[in-house]
Amino acid sequence: MPFTRYAEVGRIVLVNYGPESGKIATIVDIVDQNKCLIDGPESGVARQVIPFSRIALTDLTVKIQRNARAKTLKAAWAEAETTTKWEATSWAKKLSMKKKRATLTDFDRFKVMVAKKQKSAIIAKKMEELSA
Amino acid sequence: MTVAGVMRQYQVVGRKAATDDHPNPEAYRMIIFAPNAVIAKSKFWYYLHQFRKMKKTTGEILDCVELTEKNSRTVKNYGIWLRYSSRSGTHNMYREFRDVKLTGAVSQLYDEMAGRHRCRPRSIQIIRTATVGAKDLKRNNGMQFAKAGVKFPLPHRVSSAKRGQRALSDSTYSTVRPTTFFG
Repeated sequence: MPFTRYAEVGRIVLVNYGPESGKIATIVDIVDQNKCLIDGPESGVARQVIPFSRIALTDLTVKIQRNARAKTLKAAWAEAETTTKWEATSWAKKLSMKKKRATLTDFDRFKVMVAKKQKSAIIAKKMEELSA
Repeated sequence: MTVAGVMRQYQVVGRKAATDDHPNPEAYRMIIFAPNAVIAKSKFWYYLHQFRKMKKTTGEILDCVELTEKNSRTVKNYGIWLRYSSRSGTHNMYREFRDVKLTGAVSQLYDEMAGRHRCRPRSIQIIRTATVGAKDLKRNNGMQFAKAGVKFPLPHRVSSAKRGQRALSDSTYSTVRPTTFFG
């Protein structure tokens, strides 16, 4: 399996660790083997040097020049519809689902239990019909 | 001097104390890299009394100001000329570093000299620093990242327990082998 996700100028990354964790940003320049300069004006990530161990590469890229200014970055993001594309990926959906689950109240968890029971009842009935 | 953490850049100006014969002695200015202002002033006298006939007791420091990086939003290539003493002699050296700030590059320099040459900060004297354009770089390591269109994958990504990642820290037993391939 060859590599498809490269650390390069314009690659969208997800920050994994630190105060900005959970947000996406773009690689604006590469410092060296271990560090890169990221910026995410649209997602609220300040322009900073971050080590690769704190980020995860995604499949998305934007077309920018090295060291693009925040304004050009924002325009490139809007043109590529990055935020909508990211939110449509199953990765982003799983992350938001986890977040939501962490904030459920007891009543919400009760509602989830009831919904699960209803769902499995429908499935069981259908299975009975099919096997009969 | 001990160098824990980031170096700072200071501009120190000093001169011999004014006397009746010489009421206005010549002032000398040096750029010093040091962790704090106290060490910066001390280093100023260390160098000055090697160059000119003055020392802390016979002179005065007129100004010690920290210099901050003008633009820390772009990555630059820094060339640093230094002189260091090893176990068998003193040598000149030229090293290149890529960093966002000059003080960052100097901190990298001290760490690298310690790692590669077992050279303590007290044995290092920085002669000159300069920003180098990408085409004037001489060392391979920086050149490969300064090139246009540089790209590389991140192979064999190891999750570290330090970052609270699952692979090592979540549970003692697991049915799933950890994966190091993330595209």
